[in-house]
Amino acid sequence: MGIEVMEDIRKDYVYDLIESGKRVDGRGFRDYREISVERDIINKAEGSALVKIGDTVVLVGVKLEPGTPFSDAPNKGILMTNAELRPGASPDFELGPPNENSVELARVVDRGIRGSEAIDLEKLCIEEGEKVWMTFIDIHPLDNDGNLVDAAALGAIASLLNTRIPNDRYELTGEDTLSIRDTPVAATMIKIGESILVDPNLYEANAATSKLTVISNADGTISGIQKSGTDGLKEEEIAEMVEIGIEKAGEIRKKYLGDIEA
Amino acid sequence: MKEEKIELIKDGKRLDGRDFEDLRPIKIEVGVLKRADGSCYFELGNNKALAAVYGPREKHPRHLQDAKTAVVTYRYNMAPFSVDDRKRPGPDRRSVEVSKVSRESLDPVILKEYYPKTAIDVYVELLQSDAGTRTAGINAASVALAAAGIPMRDLVSSVAVGKIDGEVVLDLNAVEDNHGEADMPVAMVARTDTITMLQMDGRFTKDEFERGLKLAKKACHEIYELQRTALIEKYSKSVGEGEE
Repeated sequence: MGIEVMEDIRKDYVYDLIESGKRVDGRGFRDYREISVERDIINKAEGSALVKIGDTVVLVGVKLEPGTPFSDAPNKGILMTNAELRPGASPDFELGPPNENSVELARVVDRGIRGSEAIDLEKLCIEEGEKVWMTFIDIHPLDNDGNLVDAAALGAIASLLNTRIPNDRYELTGEDTLSIRDTPVAATMIKIGESILVDPNLYEANAATSKLTVISNADGTISGIQKSGTDGLKEEEIAEMVEIGIEKAGEIRKKYLGDIEA
Repeated sequence: MKEEKIELIKDGKRLDGRDFEDLRPIKIEVGVLKRADGSCYFELGNNKALAAVYGPREKHPRHLQDAKTAVVTYRYNMAPFSVDDRKRPGPDRRSVEVSKVSRESLDPVILKEYYPKTAIDVYVELLQSDAGTRTAGINAASVALAAAGIPMRDLVSSVAVGKIDGEVVLDLNAVEDNHGEADMPVAMVARTDTITMLQMDGRFTKDEFERGLKLAKKACHEIYELQRTALIEKYSKSVGEGEE
């Protein structure tokens, strides 16, 4: 009971602040928290990135293994994205099989990468119908202060951009770098009252009743959208959010993935 | 996906003869199950969806009860024989996500605060699948909730739009979905034009996205009328001649 009351008080506080044009941490409505991306920090992984957005920390690792292709795509590598919400990252996360939040997180990140065709899956074919590279993207949130999805998506593409194909380990020959053709970046917005805010922190996310994630590419096309939350949005609000999302993704791409030619 | 190139549009028509903005044929039957509190059978082209609703009933176990509102659950399930390659029974990651967004699509219209500490459980079975299953499921579930007598602000209507051969079209079938370039399921409260589900995969330009959303909106209004008519036909009472 005590915790529930605190949560209600916090929600009211966040809501009232936003009604008066302010955010709990003093940011503007269209401002991200400070972002940092460190690449190549786990040398056992084929690719990795540690992304921080404010106090939210997500570690993403990419592993490659040879495997059998799907029968309907014999000449294509396989992409699998998984997310585990470990209890160390938040008292709200519990041990156990993946729940709808971890499944949604992984699938939204996966959708952005798949939709943009950032990975040329045909280049991951080793022997048609027999052997292809399976690419596993594992999302490992370390500290959840809201907006895991943007951090996870940024971590995924940052990791892929420095992923090496472990030919030697499996006594194979071929290209050692994973070829990446696009840089999908996610931008998440919430609506509180009549205001649209980017990059919600945990307090804001808990106070919001609807959330929209827009994943967009280097050329401004959209390769993934996910609305969640228990309230609806109007068409004009969605159009505005898509516009803001594309703009914010562009800024993030330029600043944190800019040194890579995609 | 996108293996051998298939021409999905010939002479301005789609492979099943539809125009770009045509829905597949829809059939709605209300109250088809005896034991459920509310039910609906919904056909969308080759999709056959069945929704059963229980509740409001006591929520078990009790620690999952909410002292302020009813707790809505939604389980989307594909029958193993509903697709070309047998689907392994039980929930998978896809159905977990579909269940979540479907539940959230209905959440805003259910007057949950009338029934604290209770459960409203929605079970959607896909008996045959041909792309657009989550939209068929939501349409069925929305009617089944109304048939269960659960107070609602309105019905929710759902449809997908997508892109095939570079054209934005309504309501993709399985061939179009497999070989198409984008897919975007939408659900909305037609009366207030409030969007309660929006997902997208593939690749859309901003302009295609906006056109797609408009197209989905128009089709949701059509589906809404069909849902309404089905409920009215089922529950309107005919008064005999001479009676007042």
